[in-house]
Amino acid sequence: MTWPYKDLIAIYDLKREDISTILEMASSFKEISKRDIKKVPTLRGKTVVLLFYEPSTRTRLSFELAAKRLSADTTALSASGSSFTKGETIMDAAHNVMAMAPDCIVVRYPYAGIPSKMAQLLPCSVINAGDGYHEHPTQALLDMFTMKERFGSLEGLKVAIVGDIMHSRVARSNVYGLRKMGAQVVLVAPRTLLPPGVDTWGVDVSAELDPVMPDCDVIMMLRVQKERLSRQFFSGDREYSIFYGLNRARVEMMKPDAIIMHPGPMNRGVEITCDAAESARSMILDQVENGVAIRMTLLYLSLGGSVNVD
Amino acid sequence: MWIRGGLVLDPANNVQEKADLCIKDGRISGVYPGGSEKSDEPSINASGLWVLPGLIDMHVHLRDPGFEYKEDIASGSMAAAAGGVTTLACMANTDPVNDNPSVTNYILEKARQVSKVRILPVGAVTKGLKGKELAEMGLMKKAGIVAVSDDGNPIEDSSLLRMAMEYAATFGLRVISHCQDRSMCASGVMNEGALSSLLGLPGIPQVCEDIMVARDILVSQYTGIPIHITHISTKGGIDIIRQAKQRGVKVTCDVTPHHLLLTEEKVRSYDTNAKMYPPLRSEADRKALLEALKGSLIDCIATDHAPHARDEKALDFDTAPFGMIGLQTLLPSIMKIHLEYGIDFMKLLACVTAHPAGILGIEGGDLQVGSRADITLFDPEAKWTFTEQDVKSRSINSAFLGQEFTGRVVQTFLQGKTVYSAT
Repeated sequence: MTWPYKDLIAIYDLKREDISTILEMASSFKEISKRDIKKVPTLRGKTVVLLFYEPSTRTRLSFELAAKRLSADTTALSASGSSFTKGETIMDAAHNVMAMAPDCIVVRYPYAGIPSKMAQLLPCSVINAGDGYHEHPTQALLDMFTMKERFGSLEGLKVAIVGDIMHSRVARSNVYGLRKMGAQVVLVAPRTLLPPGVDTWGVDVSAELDPVMPDCDVIMMLRVQKERLSRQFFSGDREYSIFYGLNRARVEMMKPDAIIMHPGPMNRGVEITCDAAESARSMILDQVENGVAIRMTLLYLSLGGSVNVD
Repeated sequence: MWIRGGLVLDPANNVQEKADLCIKDGRISGVYPGGSEKSDEPSINASGLWVLPGLIDMHVHLRDPGFEYKEDIASGSMAAAAGGVTTLACMANTDPVNDNPSVTNYILEKARQVSKVRILPVGAVTKGLKGKELAEMGLMKKAGIVAVSDDGNPIEDSSLLRMAMEYAATFGLRVISHCQDRSMCASGVMNEGALSSLLGLPGIPQVCEDIMVARDILVSQYTGIPIHITHISTKGGIDIIRQAKQRGVKVTCDVTPHHLLLTEEKVRSYDTNAKMYPPLRSEADRKALLEALKGSLIDCIATDHAPHARDEKALDFDTAPFGMIGLQTLLPSIMKIHLEYGIDFMKLLACVTAHPAGILGIEGGDLQVGSRADITLFDPEAKWTFTEQDVKSRSINSAFLGQEFTGRVVQTFLQGKTVYSAT
């Protein structure tokens, strides 16, 4: 069976079976990174271009390593070192990159919709590495993979996502994915950081963090995105950290086997304290490790690999 | 010259009958219901066609001077003529802004040289559209403006709005108000709701329009001076206008064809041609607008024709400019509303002829003896699809591209002279 999609733009567009396939295949790709020689010839001769129009450490490095471990050739372009600063539009840039015949473009863009547009217009595969506050599908997949590794299944799992839901592509992708996989989601945030229409998302909403803590298997903290918070959404870091920050007292309220996740980069002392981030429950570095496996899986599938679930 | 055998529709005089029109010296010299004697003068056979007063579009952006790469007076007037629009009011947000009589004179002089249709400039309310100091309304009125508006830059300062209305009234001008509380939708690009959250686009809540509609109406009520609210888009705004009209406040309003026919669903594909201000709203808002139109609460239909270059609309949705073109799809849209929602065509026609003429205080929009011979011949049966090739504007940014329409403009006359012919 071949993978039916040229592109990966949004978890919203995937079916439950698609997500299951990706999560199952990721285990075998994860194993490659544990070898002494971390390279397989699967994508030899393929070219992957990373177009990053917004700062990124983890995602970009993770995609680059994923492509290299599959023997694809990679090259990365960021906004600051490209013609973007000379006024070239992203779509012009995309067409120019396309003229050099890449097999896959991985794109991150500060506003929603550009990966969809590129996927529509370009013949190569397009993978969304985060667009505005629309979606960040590979992050949600690696998060779900991390939860599945820990708990065996996502069905019936209780996941709290805490913080700036309104401006979070990570929250959106996770909500869609977790709901499709049968997990229960509760969003915890002040009213100002909840998106309009959240009542249509099929999730619970809580203004308070404490009552949610003893109930959940996963506590996912979101970064306070200072660069997106153009207006006053809350009074400041002090009050935010008291009401919505993860600290030792709250960690102690968690179920015995519950875990802490964070997509990074962390604002230590704002949404998460150092001891919470470094506690034994923290899966933050597992998430990063799993990111490479998930991205290997998606590059492999998008570039014509067959779906091999055994 | 004669136009014979067509169905004459003239809402100003409640006329809806087959008649021959005789035109002399740019004016209608005779209306002959049931036909007339043969004569040697040239004659146009309009049988099977509707003979309409040339349309009046009271909200157009011609982009001239300053943004001629988007549109200019010549290209905009060609689009108007092709749409059966013989009179248009052009907004002041040009570069330089039409806030003084020299710019007004430039527009009118260029229109005299190149325009296919009658162009009536709208002056700015404030200098540079900055919302600080009143513009030279009196001198612009002398030069030829028909109204004042800071369209695109809503007046935030309520005291200034009051002064502007009183000062404009001094010169017999009406303020056309673009209602938007910008502090409430600073970065918004589409209607706020579940869909904006799904798409990850910042929202513009309905309430940011309603607040300003309410404020403008209260200032109008307090001063007793009429105000015109342009491109109303929300159910809430409609409710406020309904109550105000019931109390006798002298408020008038217009709606665009795109807010009557399209909803925020059009944004789902991130099509920047569907990005406009006010944004395409929900189905509930659209239904309320149609109801209000049916109930004669809405006075006019105006296009907010807003050309933008292809490369500007090729940007991402957040960054691309607001607006779509509309002159050529105005009449076909009205026909669509008539056919799909059963709203009386004469009522709709009045919204683009007699009513805007009354609000702007201008001649035109009717077909009686002595009227300007500004006439549109319309084939009510023609089925066609609006494509890029049809566009006469310099810019092609329309959310109606690909839309099927029934009814098409066949020929347009300005003061008895043909300014557009489909064949």
